[in-house]
Amino acid sequence: MRKRFFPLIIFIGLVGLLAFGLTLNPRVVPSPLIDKPAPLFSLPQVHDAAAVIGSEQMKGKVVLLNVWASWCVSCRLEHELFVKLASSGEVPVYGLNYKDRREDAVRWLEFYGDPYIVSALDADGQVGIDFGVYGVPETFVIDGDGIIRYKHIGPIDENTLDKEIMPLVRELKGRRT
Amino acid sequence: MRWIWFAALLAFASATFGADSPLVFDSAEQETRFKKLMTELRCLVCQNQSLEDSHAPLAQDLRNQAYAMMRDGASDDDIMDYMVDRYGEFVRYRPAFSPLTFLLWFGPLLLFLIAAAVAWRWLGAQQAAAGAELSEADDARARRLLNGKSPRKEKQRK
Repeated sequence: MRKRFFPLIIFIGLVGLLAFGLTLNPRVVPSPLIDKPAPLFSLPQVHDAAAVIGSEQMKGKVVLLNVWASWCVSCRLEHELFVKLASSGEVPVYGLNYKDRREDAVRWLEFYGDPYIVSALDADGQVGIDFGVYGVPETFVIDGDGIIRYKHIGPIDENTLDKEIMPLVRELKGRRT
Repeated sequence: MRWIWFAALLAFASATFGADSPLVFDSAEQETRFKKLMTELRCLVCQNQSLEDSHAPLAQDLRNQAYAMMRDGASDDDIMDYMVDRYGEFVRYRPAFSPLTFLLWFGPLLLFLIAAAVAWRWLGAQQAAAGAELSEADDARARRLLNGKSPRKEKQRK
């Protein structure tokens, strides 16, 4: 008699599995770079072609590295959050301007506000490849030892920032002292 | 003179036509090797296409990167490792053997073995039932049913 219910049990199990699958985002690929040293780079700055920004300037502190571009529409969604975060001064935010033109990038920052300490100009996307960037915007948390601790693909929202990123930043800062 | 013009025009034409795929190979083998490698790599932007198929800008960049590495004498494994280091195992269309992927590789075989075991037991049970001797009373009843009754009832009995 119990055998009769086997198909039903298997069916319910399958439905459960598929329902769980629907809650996952197939576009989010786990990055192999988590807990690995961030790739070393050195690029011209968006606002000053003669000045350099890179791993050297970011080391020794917990930072956010935000990959953005003026052509990236969803970057505008998260931008306000970064502007607010920058004015709070809790964590330095650096920008990686990905496959963009300098004049477009500058104009975009003038229009939407510039939360970045400095933005690096990655015109050919080579540094982006080293960071495994595939869906701008992306946000990395890099600790004082230059290790990538977290990566977010796509625009961040308030929830992600308050519940995931900032607690991690505070924890990492605490670890340093 | 005309030939020079013609050659210049040809060069210009190939330069413009080639704008979308500017990759020039040393040999046909190298080109085959490159194409094959590109079909083994997944494009991160349009995830069900290989780097070979995809027109996404990132795919173009990664193709150029792989091309540059190949020209510098990198092996297929070097290029594969370069991509996996940056984008993870996900870029491989054929997952590598690792404890994480054993289930992926051997899962079908495992399922087949389970199915075979179940079938084996079931067939064994059937055979045991078929081979069982009928008691005298059952035998007599079966004969009565087979001889005297309609075919429909016979079917039901089965």
